[in-house]
Amino acid sequence: MSHTPQLPPVAKLEQKTIVDMISRGKRIDERSPESYRPIQIQVGLIEKANGSAQVHLGKSKILVGVKVQTGEPFPDTPDEGVLTVNVELVPLASPSFEPGPPSEQAIELARVVDRGIRESKAIDVKSLVIQKGKKVQVVYVDVYVLDHDGNLIDASAMASLAALVNAKVSKMELKGDEVVAKPGHHSLPVNNYPIAVTFAKVDKTILVDPSLEEEQVMSARLTVTIDKNGSICAMQKGGLSGFSVEELKKAVGLAVQKAAENRAKVLAVAKG
Amino acid sequence: MPEPKQPEKLIDEKGLRIDGRRLDQLRPIKLEVGILDKADGSAYIEQGKNKILAAVYGPREAHPKHIALPERAVIRCRYHMAPFSVDERKSPAPSRREMELSKVIRESLEPVVLTELYPRTMIDLFVEILQSDGGSRCAGITAASLALADAGIPMREIVAACAVGKIEGKLALDLSDAEDKYGEADLPVALVPNSSMITLLQMDGSLTPSEFERGLGMAVEACKAIHSMQREALKKKYHEIKEVVEEKEESEVIA
Repeated sequence: MSHTPQLPPVAKLEQKTIVDMISRGKRIDERSPESYRPIQIQVGLIEKANGSAQVHLGKSKILVGVKVQTGEPFPDTPDEGVLTVNVELVPLASPSFEPGPPSEQAIELARVVDRGIRESKAIDVKSLVIQKGKKVQVVYVDVYVLDHDGNLIDASAMASLAALVNAKVSKMELKGDEVVAKPGHHSLPVNNYPIAVTFAKVDKTILVDPSLEEEQVMSARLTVTIDKNGSICAMQKGGLSGFSVEELKKAVGLAVQKAAENRAKVLAVAKG
Repeated sequence: MPEPKQPEKLIDEKGLRIDGRRLDQLRPIKLEVGILDKADGSAYIEQGKNKILAAVYGPREAHPKHIALPERAVIRCRYHMAPFSVDERKSPAPSRREMELSKVIRESLEPVVLTELYPRTMIDLFVEILQSDGGSRCAGITAASLALADAGIPMREIVAACAVGKIEGKLALDLSDAEDKYGEADLPVALVPNSSMITLLQMDGSLTPSEFERGLGMAVEACKAIHSMQREALKKKYHEIKEVVEEKEESEVIA
């Protein structure tokens, strides 16, 4: 059951300082309301994964591993491969992360990242079929949060995309009843490049890429995922308050611009 | 129940949808307030083939104790689908989808509840989908906010929700199950009408920014229409109680 979360204790004075600064158009780390923290991307760090990527967004660190294995399709989509996104909020990443089954925060994060990839049709799932209705390739995207300093959604979405672009898989074929790998490797069929852009509303200001300190004082959160054509492919509002129609329109416009900038950064590294 | 086949067309030559609606038309909505005996507040909604019960318990003692907050009431929310509510039997164990929807439904209602009046307590909100037909999270929010009002919990306003989608390239209000499944986008929205605040916003599929703006406008208008139905449903319950009391008083006078 979902319940009102307990926010980690932040000194009232610190909260007030952050909110006061933002209402004067300044941020505690001296960014403008519309700018991201520095983004660093590396790919191919995990040799045992088909694809991997690490994204540092400011002090937030995300590692994504992509594994591709042979499995069965879902009964209602016999002619499609399977894509699954899972998020682990690793306890070493934050004092608020506990070991155990995935929390509501982890599930929401995984589903928002999943929706961006799925709805933009980034992976051509039809091309993952080995034998219709029986054998398909299953693409596991496992997001590992290693250090939580805010805006895990954007960092996880970028790292997932970079890892998918980076992935090398064997072509599988059916020999009799057995699935065998053909020699050689090829890239996954990645046809779209969704980028998530997250906003936080603090007081009356809309900030892009909130840090953890800003997330702790925000009243509401909005993620807009933009595909390579500049269309919206996923959205998610979170937090205890809401947005006006005007704020939403402004955020979508800004998201289109920011997504293009971040997409260029991801692809420059991932495509090498 | 065999699974229905994919319809050839979602919009016919006359511009009407498979159930005969126009693109900007809501499905028929039936709302009832106060239909459960034990719950502190309850409501029932039918919207198309959706049949949804919402119930509220509380404010009551927080359980488990550690979730209590010193300055406000905690709201707990569970969105749950009955195993028989969909074509293929759904396992009653909570799915990841249900866990996400429980969270976004809670967050759509948190802004209107005066939780600061009941520190250290909890308010439980249960949304049970008896039959699902597309747009169940929105219909659930519409019913849940009536259940909160029925429980007498102080609220700033009543929240109304409705989805807009895209089918065959056109924006359409309040998608049914088939339209959601075979359509191109779904945009569920919840509105706090008088303060014009959007408290639920999700999207999947593909919309251009200008389609999003038009779709959001359609959803906001539909939420306002649903909001007036909610007010009528609440008034109706108290009107009925008033009639019963008056009849009783009259018979006492005669005696």
